[in-house]
Amino acid sequence: MGDRCGKQRSGRSFLYMKQPQRPAPYRPALFWFAVVTSVMTFLLIGLGGLVTSSEAGMSVPDWPTSYGYNMFALPIQYWQGGVVYEHTHRLLASFLGVLVVVLTRWIGGAPSRVPLAVVGGLEIVAGAGIFLFFPHLKPVGHFFEGIGGVVLLAAAVWVRNAPGSPTLVWCGWGAFVLVQLQGLLGGLRVSLVLDWLGVPHGALAQMFLVLTAVTALLASRWWHQSTIFRQATVPRGLRHHVLGVTGLIFVQLLVAATMRHQHAGLAITDFPLAYGKVWPDTSPAAIAKYNAMRDLGTVGGPITAFQVKLHMVHRLMAYAILLGVVMAAVRARKKLGVEDSLTRFAMVWLGILLMQVFLGAETIWQNKAADVATCHVMVGALALLAGTLWYLVATRRAQLSKTG
Amino acid sequence: MKKFLAILSLLALVLQIGCAGDITGVITLKGTPPGERELTPIRDTAECSAMYPGALPKTKFYVVGAGGELADVIVYLKGVPSASTGASAAPVVLDQKGCLYTPQILAVQTGQKVIVKNSDPCVHNVHTKPAANPEVNQVQMSGGADLTFTFDKPEPFLKFQCDVHPWMFAWVSVFDHPYFGVSGADGKFTIKNVPPGKYTLEAAHRKLGVQSAEIEVKAEGAAQNFTFEVK
Repeated sequence: MGDRCGKQRSGRSFLYMKQPQRPAPYRPALFWFAVVTSVMTFLLIGLGGLVTSSEAGMSVPDWPTSYGYNMFALPIQYWQGGVVYEHTHRLLASFLGVLVVVLTRWIGGAPSRVPLAVVGGLEIVAGAGIFLFFPHLKPVGHFFEGIGGVVLLAAAVWVRNAPGSPTLVWCGWGAFVLVQLQGLLGGLRVSLVLDWLGVPHGALAQMFLVLTAVTALLASRWWHQSTIFRQATVPRGLRHHVLGVTGLIFVQLLVAATMRHQHAGLAITDFPLAYGKVWPDTSPAAIAKYNAMRDLGTVGGPITAFQVKLHMVHRLMAYAILLGVVMAAVRARKKLGVEDSLTRFAMVWLGILLMQVFLGAETIWQNKAADVATCHVMVGALALLAGTLWYLVATRRAQLSKTG
Repeated sequence: MKKFLAILSLLALVLQIGCAGDITGVITLKGTPPGERELTPIRDTAECSAMYPGALPKTKFYVVGAGGELADVIVYLKGVPSASTGASAAPVVLDQKGCLYTPQILAVQTGQKVIVKNSDPCVHNVHTKPAANPEVNQVQMSGGADLTFTFDKPEPFLKFQCDVHPWMFAWVSVFDHPYFGVSGADGKFTIKNVPPGKYTLEAAHRKLGVQSAEIEVKAEGAAQNFTFEVK
């Protein structure tokens, strides 16, 4: 095995260990396809945010059919109100599912043919089994039949190209699993009327976006040819700092998803104070008073003390994250210099965070207007993505510097 | 023996109804409530906005008459034993008309049918958001068959909503006894056939909270007014 083999370098990070003996060549078409998949994922997160912000998630009670019709043949007269958002979300998600299957097949190359055929076949058998033995889960059976058919079709296409690097192949398979799990979660949320599934559905969407973006990064020209560039090593402390802040952003997105899926509108209606105080009163009397004075608009539910506290946790975490990103930008400038691309990237990250804080405030000031709240969701996803990519690029540099 | 018990029960019921009285009263609001909001999202949906060529309807959080008469207050006996006659009670109708629920506040017994109609030229989904009962979400096409809902457990202000038109709400309070009423546009309410005795009477408004009073019902009935105040 070569110098970059995992056996000789055990104990290093997975990115290092998974490097092949001879790196797979850069394939521009594959890279751009991965970029398109990632951009589509980002747009889908935005559309999902619009569905929740518009309280339209349950407007089409059946799945994978829509009002009893094949999803792809819903008559235009039913596309009205919340259905426009929810149904478009379903169609775009289906399209993304196909993109991911193609991406998996492309990255996996010729060797992916058999596993895809096996998975597709198993999914079709599973779908038939659900029809037979679990008739109450018929929608899930339909889902498996549909996705299994697409996977089988992908396996039938004769792709001769060699697979990408093992890490890239694993990313492809990871996206393949996540996109199906994500579709299933979204569908079960609707068909079983389990609104709480919206929280893992929202969280998984963020993870999926990160995975598709990482796939694009690993397939990029920079990743393949970065050995020829001389780039400053990023200190471990700074890398870990960024990783920690990125982890905090992910937790923040989980909190946000939980807040959004309470469907109670704004738990706190003013900013920067909270009901006129630094920390709001959450006694039963105070909550009753808030509910009486809230301008509900089109949102109907009363708020609870838990929701008010969760909102405050979200605000405190936002401040902590902003501080963390400011520190990351300052440290990058100090350690890497003003001209370094990662310093510039850190400044972009800071810009994203500042925009996100502004959008958070604007969401409150605009009484959770659907467009503003959706932008808040999308920029939140960008913040997570920026932190992840920064960390991976920095880690790549560190690995290359060690190998000379 | 069974026949004897049945006759005894029937006799007790007849005697009870014979001696039972009605609770009546008027609900009033003191102070000026916050202004209602125009339901502007209606403009985003062609079929709904076509029904409102002029002014759009507004929220109905506070339905108040010229003299302060407060409608949509649920008045009920608290802490009485379960005595639901819901299965045999007349069904209550909840209509979807003009892309609004009519009425928006109603009350039923456990087991009593709520018939949901769609009088609109567009599709709605009828989505219940209960705290104690199972959640249900069903589509109802324009001119489609009526949907029937029943609830097994009592709970206050169980929300009905349409997610296609996210301004559409109705709230159904569910009781496990028949001793409740809803105040009308004149603020008046009636609770019929209450057996004589001492009770706690409560009045609940969705935005103004709950008030209670101790009352004694005699054969000729009882009267109790409530006054809510906007603070």
